[in-house]
Amino acid sequence: MSFVFYVFKKDFHSELRNRYSINSLLMFVMITISIVLFGIVSETSDSLVLSGVLWIVIFFSSMTGLSRSFVNEEEKGTTLFLQLNSKPLHVFLGKFLLNILLMLFINCVTILLYFFFVSDFQVKNFSIFFLTLFLGTFSISLSSTFIASIVAKANTKGALFPILSFPILIPIFISVISATKISVEGKSFSFASSDFQILISYILVIFSASILFFDFIWKE
Amino acid sequence: MIEFSVLNISKKFNKKFVFENLSFQLSDSNSIAIIGKNGSGKSTFLKICAGVLSPFSGNVEIKIGSKNIDKTNFFLHIGFVAPYLQLYDELTPTEHLEFCCNMKNVKFSKSVIEKVLEEVNLENRKNDFVRTFSSGMKQRLKYATAILHKPEILILDEPTVNLDKDGCETVKKIVEKQIQNGILVYATNNLKEENFSSNVLNIEKNNS
Ligand SMILES: Nc1ncnc2c1ncn2[C@@H]1O[C@H](COP(=O)(O)OP(=O)(O)OP(=O)(O)O)[C@@H](O)[C@H]1O
Ligand SMILES: [Mg+2]
Repeated sequence: MSFVFYVFKKDFHSELRNRYSINSLLMFVMITISIVLFGIVSETSDSLVLSGVLWIVIFFSSMTGLSRSFVNEEEKGTTLFLQLNSKPLHVFLGKFLLNILLMLFINCVTILLYFFFVSDFQVKNFSIFFLTLFLGTFSISLSSTFIASIVAKANTKGALFPILSFPILIPIFISVISATKISVEGKSFSFASSDFQILISYILVIFSASILFFDFIWKE
Repeated sequence: MIEFSVLNISKKFNKKFVFENLSFQLSDSNSIAIIGKNGSGKSTFLKICAGVLSPFSGNVEIKIGSKNIDKTNFFLHIGFVAPYLQLYDELTPTEHLEFCCNMKNVKFSKSVIEKVLEEVNLENRKNDFVRTFSSGMKQRLKYATAILHKPEILILDEPTVNLDKDGCETVKKIVEKQIQNGILVYATNNLKEENFSSNVLNIEKNNS
């Protein structure tokens, strides 16, 4: 387990030190929320629309933030160094750990801004809301890390990531949006339980797939 | 007792064989030089030997004592230096070596790192970013990361590329030490480097 942490630490230093874009990600979130404010939010107070818009913001900030994880290594040619110093599984889990912490941080900021600026968006059941946020962030980070590892090997890296992510992430978004809506409407926990079941089984499936296939992806 | 067997390796790129059925077998205190003209597949062959590239057919085995080493643990027993091996621009030599120590179960301490950096003559730059390094200094750091864990097998691609006279001496020392304690495999285009080993494998000859 500690090996995972060492990969995480290496990435944390090398990627976040100067180049990596926590600041630009935060700017991105702010800009998207302002556009949303100017655009549709003043026109509607429908809880389904507002929940959808929140997850659109989260979707695009994860697309911007997470696609870099393996692409950076591949573009700079440092993949070989990692291969010579670690087991594939540790690399995957280390990158996943960095991605999920990064996304949890960014998403908390997003939520705070959203609460603050979009006054019509009022969560009544916070336990559902935060569980949704956590499971959503977890599954988006997990599948994005996996997709990024595949995309890094392709020639058209930049364009491929959102295209490949879309079908894979769709089930997540359907469930998180529906669960978020339930939390805004203040219904009880049992209404959201089927969404949570979907998210959890989804996480289990992607997790097993990543562990099984990452060895092959990692070593050409 | 170490045994490094590379058996009947073939590799295809885009449906064309780069080389076919290359084999060698080495044990303690053996070495081999791989030669062949540009594009004959020396680097490709070394990557397969190191276990970072899969061959089309054939097998690489490492045996230490009577124990067969699992493929995923090859990296614990191999040191690899090559011109196309890239280091992290945003990390310092100390951080690189700390990472290597941690991942390879070498007990990390300041003195371990200082010692290996002294060996490659880089101790005065140990806390500078690799971004600011010359290509020769990067090559020295690659040697430090490769010999840090005292690997049983050292694999070198163009060993003295980018190095000055003093650097070539350092490599010579490392190579001699490796041949005493373990196995050395290297590829070269440089006539001066060919006498590191008396054992030579010309891969283009095998091919035709
Ligand atoms: N990733 C790759 N995809 C397709 N072809 C490749 C790839 N890597 C190498 N090749 C081809 O394989 C052949 C061998 O390349 P390699 O780099 O192993 O040669 P080399 O003997 O090390 O050459 P040099 O002396 O210039 O270092 C070359 O013809 C090269 O074009
Ligand atoms: Mg070469």
